[in-house]
Amino acid sequence: MHPKRKQRLLIAICIVAFSSTAIGLVSYALRGNINLFYPPADVAAGKAPTDRAIRVGGMVVEGSIKRSETDLTTVFLVTDYDGVVEVSYTGILPDLFAEGEGVVASGSLDSRGRFMATEVLAKHDENYMPPEVAAALEGKKPKMGSYNVGEGS
Amino acid sequence: MWSIVHKMGSPPWFYRFANVAIAWLLPIVLMALVVGSIWGLLIAPPDYRQGNSYRIIFIHVPAAVVALAGYYVMATAGLMSLVWKIKMADTAMRALAPVGAALTFVALVTGSIWGKPTWGAWWVWDARITSMLILFFLYLGVMALSEAFDNKVAAAKACAVLSLVGTVNIPIIYKSVDWWYSLHQPASIKFTGESAIDASMLYPLLLMIVAFYGLFALTVLLRMRAELLITYSQSAWLRSELS
Repeated sequence: MHPKRKQRLLIAICIVAFSSTAIGLVSYALRGNINLFYPPADVAAGKAPTDRAIRVGGMVVEGSIKRSETDLTTVFLVTDYDGVVEVSYTGILPDLFAEGEGVVASGSLDSRGRFMATEVLAKHDENYMPPEVAAALEGKKPKMGSYNVGEGS
Repeated sequence: MWSIVHKMGSPPWFYRFANVAIAWLLPIVLMALVVGSIWGLLIAPPDYRQGNSYRIIFIHVPAAVVALAGYYVMATAGLMSLVWKIKMADTAMRALAPVGAALTFVALVTGSIWGKPTWGAWWVWDARITSMLILFFLYLGVMALSEAFDNKVAAAKACAVLSLVGTVNIPIIYKSVDWWYSLHQPASIKFTGESAIDASMLYPLLLMIVAFYGLFALTVLLRMRAELLITYSQSAWLRSELS
């Protein structure tokens, strides 16, 4: 290869290598901030900050959803199978919110360690399948909900 | 291999190549887009959780996949322009950036429209979505840089450096859902092992991805050919080509 070209190729490789290192170090330093939410285990262990708004993400525990009869308040447990956090939310929940499904709730912890959410987002998983297939799998994976055409609002 | 690169670098050869490639790509891409859309939007079954709203996947995923791959193509063109000073590589970079920006924009907008009914939010600052927004700005940056210089050689150099620096972002976008806790779900199509998407939905999705790759190639070739027509409008080879 022509020495001039070789030198330019080396410069190009250096550009990519140095910028990768820089971005890599920045994202390593900020890794806590890049995470969108804290897992319930961290919150239960007191690793999550209590003085500011945070997000908690995990699975809604089966049978834990309690809806208020007088207002839109819903109380449910969120788990990552290591820890559990009790979440209280007043408002309209997304269509995909269900027991055994993923959620990301933003809000803050009150003094009793209960998470007072101001927003609840549904986190869906990467599985896509027709309703029939889901129904056939129902026996094996009890966490999956069934889809009805008229469901939702 | 080098002989192909040399031929590609010659404007008359590339012009003839583009003419043939466009003539072949146009009907194939149109057919794939029509078949893929009908298959995905009408024939594929609804999802067990999301019903019919998941069907936006047939636009969202192909646009995002090709936006990412397109960036590597642009960075490769940038490398060739920087190291080997190939003029056609500059043309390719300039032709690519707006197409990549448009695809990234489509991925962001369809993701937003999809996010509202499924997640409950139009926009969330999670790692995947934010890094995708950075990709959009990188494409816009290359477009702006190529216009910012009067000297074409200086412009090409600046664009090449920016596109090389930006390649850092591509693995970050791809792995963001695995490295950090994000709202966006992990990839459904897996290169190794069984995909998390049912075959009845996977095949139309793969067809749409192929169609979007074709659409990308077609659009870039059309733009490159247009630039050749402008740049070499006074050249003898182009006149004889057109007559």
